[in-house]
Amino acid sequence: MEELLIMSQAALADSVLKKEEVPAPKIQTKDLALYYGNFRALKNVDISIPPQKITALIGPSGCGKSTLLRVFNRMNDLIRGVRISGQVFLDDQDIYHPDTDLIALRKRAGMVFQRPNPFPISVFKNVAYGPSIHGMASGRELESIVERHLRATGLWDDLKDKLHIPALSLSPEQQQRLCISRLLAVEPEVLLMDEPCSALDPIATARIEDLLFELKKDYTIVIVTHNMQQAARVSSSAGFMLLGELVEFGKTGQLFTNPIDPRTHDYITGRFG
Amino acid sequence: MRKKITESVIEAIIHISASLAIVGLVLIFIFIGKEALHILTSSEVRQEAGLSRLFLPHSPEPGVPKEFAWQPVSDIPKYSLFPLMVGTLKVTLVALLFALPLALGAAIFSSEFAPSWLREIIKPSIELLAGIPSVVLGFFALMVMATAIQNALGLDYRLNAINAGIALGLAVIPIVFTVAEDALTAVPQSFREGSIALGATSWQTAWRVVLPAAFPGIFAACVLGFGRAIGETMIVLMSSGNAAIMSFLPTYPLRSLSATIAAELGEVVHGSPHYHVLFFIGTLLFIFTFILNLIGQLFVERLKDRLSGSRA
Ligand SMILES: Nc1ncnc2c1ncn2[C@@H]1O[C@H](COP(=O)(O)OP(=O)(O)OP(=O)(O)O)[C@@H](O)[C@H]1O
Ligand SMILES: [Mg+2]
Repeated sequence: MEELLIMSQAALADSVLKKEEVPAPKIQTKDLALYYGNFRALKNVDISIPPQKITALIGPSGCGKSTLLRVFNRMNDLIRGVRISGQVFLDDQDIYHPDTDLIALRKRAGMVFQRPNPFPISVFKNVAYGPSIHGMASGRELESIVERHLRATGLWDDLKDKLHIPALSLSPEQQQRLCISRLLAVEPEVLLMDEPCSALDPIATARIEDLLFELKKDYTIVIVTHNMQQAARVSSSAGFMLLGELVEFGKTGQLFTNPIDPRTHDYITGRFG
Repeated sequence: MRKKITESVIEAIIHISASLAIVGLVLIFIFIGKEALHILTSSEVRQEAGLSRLFLPHSPEPGVPKEFAWQPVSDIPKYSLFPLMVGTLKVTLVALLFALPLALGAAIFSSEFAPSWLREIIKPSIELLAGIPSVVLGFFALMVMATAIQNALGLDYRLNAINAGIALGLAVIPIVFTVAEDALTAVPQSFREGSIALGATSWQTAWRVVLPAAFPGIFAACVLGFGRAIGETMIVLMSSGNAAIMSFLPTYPLRSLSATIAAELGEVVHGSPHYHVLFFIGTLLFIFTFILNLIGQLFVERLKDRLSGSRA
């Protein structure tokens, strides 16, 4: 009881204090639940993702992190038997409204996957893919777009003379950077990243983290990670999920050093040993 | 220890049966090739049916203009393979023009667009087509299709390359469909997800990501379909009119290489030039389909490499 009181006071204080300085959330869910057939993979999720920050989602395997991430650009629609209740807003738009333009939505909120998945075509064509399917550019324009977005992920200097080699011949780190370039080229607002470093070695991971820092100036980033040091390092807000619930959500510093919920505490201390 | 022994026995059996298959293949090739070789080695055969007679235009009597003719049992036998090769290519071309778009379209539809229940109907039904004996397809083409096509297009000849090509196409569709569909479904889901997550439509994804990824496999499917069309005998024999006419027109009857062997080898005089020419045709077909299958295999390998990213 006492705990609850403290919790709500803290939340209240937070919201009162930050009223002016906290901008409207980029993504917000209201009482979100998601079912795979009869299995409820998410329940009562209320989350507010701040804009132009990195938000981390942590939690044990199978708790629904990927599922939640895929809610944000409706990638779950591809899976048969998925049902959803509650509301999800991107800015002010209810993205599960029946009139939602999925193409426009996914252009605004793009995804980077756990295993790098560049298309089996050339480096250039990978980055040019988005702009050309969306009719954003063609011909010479494409070249400068490709250059800009390869620069943004630090690939340009290595690859500028090899733009036409197959993307799959790159190293895993380069492939993941390429996937990020490919995503940036459609000019999204939100980057949804599902364990983007789990297939990479520690050095490559550190460099991708640096890249994320660069990117957060311009993009809202949500990153799912199993690596709590990583979450602590890169994110400014973090959410802890367990069995489909968002147990706790708050400032990263607070969540990691002084979690409110005992389950968060157990998970974090358990992991840190 | 006992397990070790049984295992090595089984291994040995597998090795032996695999080698037997290869040995059998080689023996067949040697047998056919040996009979065909007379065309080069025996002077008697060479005089009547040497390579120049087989491939170059030839005038049967002085004063008669040079021609390409296949008349192996006339008074002056003529052995030009040209009409047969033209016939084969003609009917194969029609078959592929008919079968490839249908088979590839069906494969793309089935793997990329069809809901899974529909897919479970399409795939087995097309593959069932492969189980229809060629003679049944040939009979159908001869009795039913030929008249329908003749009436629909107003053609002079009932049996012609269009009719034979479509009948042949029916035999080609399942093999192309199966191989192409497998190639498409082998494309990892992660490519499709990556594309959809960038805001691409299913069409854009299929056309610009999945097809290029599956290209080697699709190409292999076409090559294998080509090989099947070249080698198929009964359908063409029954539905083409089987006349060795030198014509490039698809509305004319034709005779294919394989149908020639089937129709003539039963009555040919053993050891005659005609006999050896038929074996030579067999060798040509053997080598040709062997190379086609080899190319097909190579491309399937390339597909695997490409999808796993192990090739630069
Ligand atoms: N397509 C699906 N059909 C049915 N159940 C699914 C499907 N995808 C995920 N699930 C289930 O939903 C739950 C949440 O899965 P999800 O992939 O979101 O977990 P996660 O937190 O990302 O796990 P991990 O850390 O292992 O990636 C799991 O119990 C999983 O088994
Ligand atoms: Mg996951």
